[in-house]
Amino acid sequence: MTTAVATPRATIGSSDASRKRRRRTSLRAWLYAAPATAVLILLFVIPLGLAVWMSLHDWPLLGDAPTLNFPANYAEIPDERLFTAAVGFTVKYTAIIAVVLLTLSLGLALLIQESKRRGTGVLRTVFFLPVVTGLTTAALLFLGLLSPSAGPVDDILAWFGISVDFLGDPTWALISTVVMMTWRFAGFYMIILLAGLQAIPTELYEAAAIDGANKWRALRSVTIPLLRSTLALCTVLIVTGGLVAFEQFYVLTRGGPDNSTVTMVMTIFRQAFSQFNLGMAAAMSVVVLLGLVLLNMLQLRLMRDKDEVA
Amino acid sequence: MTMVHRRLLSGVVGAGILALALAGCSGGDAAPTADDGTATPETTAEAEPAEPVTLTMWTRSVTAAQSEALVAAFNDEHDGEITVELTVVPFQEYLQKVSAAASGDNLPDLLAANVIDGPNYAELGLWTDLTDRIAGLDYADALAPAHIAAATTDGVTYAVPHVLDASALYYNKVLFEQAGLDPESPPTTLAEVAEDAAAIAALGNGIGGLYLPGDCGGCLAFTVFPSIWAAGGTVMNEDGTEATLDSPEAAEVLGIYNQMWNDGSMIPESRNENGATQNAAFEAGTAGFALLGSKALGTIAENDKLEIGVAPIPGLDGGSSTFVGGDVIGISSSSEYADAAWTFLEWTLDEQVQLDIYASAGFMPVRTDLAENEFAAQDPRVMLFNTLVEDGQTPYSARFFQTFNDPQGPFLALVREAVFGSGPDSLPASNTLVTESLQDS
Repeated sequence: MTTAVATPRATIGSSDASRKRRRRTSLRAWLYAAPATAVLILLFVIPLGLAVWMSLHDWPLLGDAPTLNFPANYAEIPDERLFTAAVGFTVKYTAIIAVVLLTLSLGLALLIQESKRRGTGVLRTVFFLPVVTGLTTAALLFLGLLSPSAGPVDDILAWFGISVDFLGDPTWALISTVVMMTWRFAGFYMIILLAGLQAIPTELYEAAAIDGANKWRALRSVTIPLLRSTLALCTVLIVTGGLVAFEQFYVLTRGGPDNSTVTMVMTIFRQAFSQFNLGMAAAMSVVVLLGLVLLNMLQLRLMRDKDEVA
Repeated sequence: MTMVHRRLLSGVVGAGILALALAGCSGGDAAPTADDGTATPETTAEAEPAEPVTLTMWTRSVTAAQSEALVAAFNDEHDGEITVELTVVPFQEYLQKVSAAASGDNLPDLLAANVIDGPNYAELGLWTDLTDRIAGLDYADALAPAHIAAATTDGVTYAVPHVLDASALYYNKVLFEQAGLDPESPPTTLAEVAEDAAAIAALGNGIGGLYLPGDCGGCLAFTVFPSIWAAGGTVMNEDGTEATLDSPEAAEVLGIYNQMWNDGSMIPESRNENGATQNAAFEAGTAGFALLGSKALGTIAENDKLEIGVAPIPGLDGGSSTFVGGDVIGISSSSEYADAAWTFLEWTLDEQVQLDIYASAGFMPVRTDLAENEFAAQDPRVMLFNTLVEDGQTPYSARFFQTFNDPQGPFLALVREAVFGSGPDSLPASNTLVTESLQDS
């Protein structure tokens, strides 16, 4: 991605010296970009190419050598009931988590930004703390808390006469996971949004106040528009993260109850490591990847700052 | 952005990375033939004090206690000549690790496996042929028959029993007494289990009849199959390619579970029990019955609310059976030290080793001729587990795990629909899906 910038536009005269200088600059730019490019090629482009290659084959994890079977792997995807159902569920989960996380972390960021009291720093740390927990660890923690036979939450609610089947009811299993993910990630997006908020010049708020804008109006007309690119970044991160969701459901719900919380990546994992059908898993990965790329292009276009359009 | 990249990498392109590992080595035959296997037992290590050999060995984490004890004692005894280096792999990752190693020709010399994966490993040629070596043992017939069957394909045996487990009906004698039942005469038919469970559930006060691991396919196979077998039914055809869970026996067995669920004698949390906490309710003294493996006997502590009774899992009209689980172990087909590896395997099956290391620690011996040993004699419940093995079964299918253990597999859905859903009328339709999964290539 960085390498494309390397060639400066040829506007100056075309003397030999300047051409030579240009060539040298270009070479140096390539050299600077080389380590990153090498890592990118090794860890991203080659595996991606291999995944595409595998998706064209019947590729068992054990046993016989792979055989070309294109387009069988792709053609069979629509028949994978689990996968098609998972697409719907993953999209639903992503929409919910995006709204919940964005609203909550923006709220937290605004609260911290506004507060002049002592102890705000402590709060900021407290909100951020769950971020340093690994996602699997966080999921295991909630599994322990919410498990009816081992966790305390059930017993505590029982004192109030409330009984909730946190992981055994499809709706509650989804809510529990969203709560866990919000706890885990709200602090992270809060920090990003806080940085965005702090970059907004205070003069603008002063000017808005002089024009008679109340807080709500200032939020709508100053904060949100100027936070647009930060919000766009957060949205892209959350949506992409949501669509490739795996650990949280794998650990917390294992896709249950009755396959009601199976995500796309879980079906890919199952296809590869439980069904040992790597070709099919690769084909599903490629489909998911294409979907993600398209969606991200669309999102970035929609959310691009108007001045940025050049 | 790094996070997006990381998740993209792990989630979407992960398979690609694996391909990188596979690509380097998938050109040749993934399952080299076993030329070491032809060595006769007589030519083993005895001849010359050869070079010291180090054998690598992999086992699943669930057998860590037994594997570690065996390896430590063996290494002590064979000081320097043969050393076994044990790697205990988390059980959830075992198949993945073995698969990757098999494609890369990196299998350890000694490769253990969940017994239900035995047919899969054997058919894929991961193990070397042990038929003749086993035949040379005086006690060949006494090796847990279900394990030997699971490790045998087309008349060739590839592994020996390593760790034995068996399922049984656990009951709480304290609750039996409270409910006015005789703690010394546990139920002998599944219908009686349901009756007793109802009587215990009627005690109220947070006490339930039966705790079933209702969201764990592997556990359900382990605990429900024996009743079907005891009733004379089957769960699959002989070569494991067709499910027979639409049989009258299966319908009646699952019908009784369905009735227990409907009349409230099954503990409600059963529906969501994924196996991780399946001992909890019984251990807390709030469940009259639980269907558990032999290991629970050693791990669940008795207290004033719990006195553990163990009975065989009954069928419909008397009779009983058990699911013989645990692990088998073989010599990988790529091992260069098959003779030394067999020395280890033979040693683990030795009477003294089985008694000193297994029986004395409360583990089940893997030989039926050692079932009635002095240690088991001290506890009739241990003795019961040991003697159950002889008539127990291990289902045989090369696609067992994908079909029965997978949380998204068709078997779990079958049981859940039959027990917690519309009842056993759903079995014919569900059974078709199980068969499809067994035949999927």
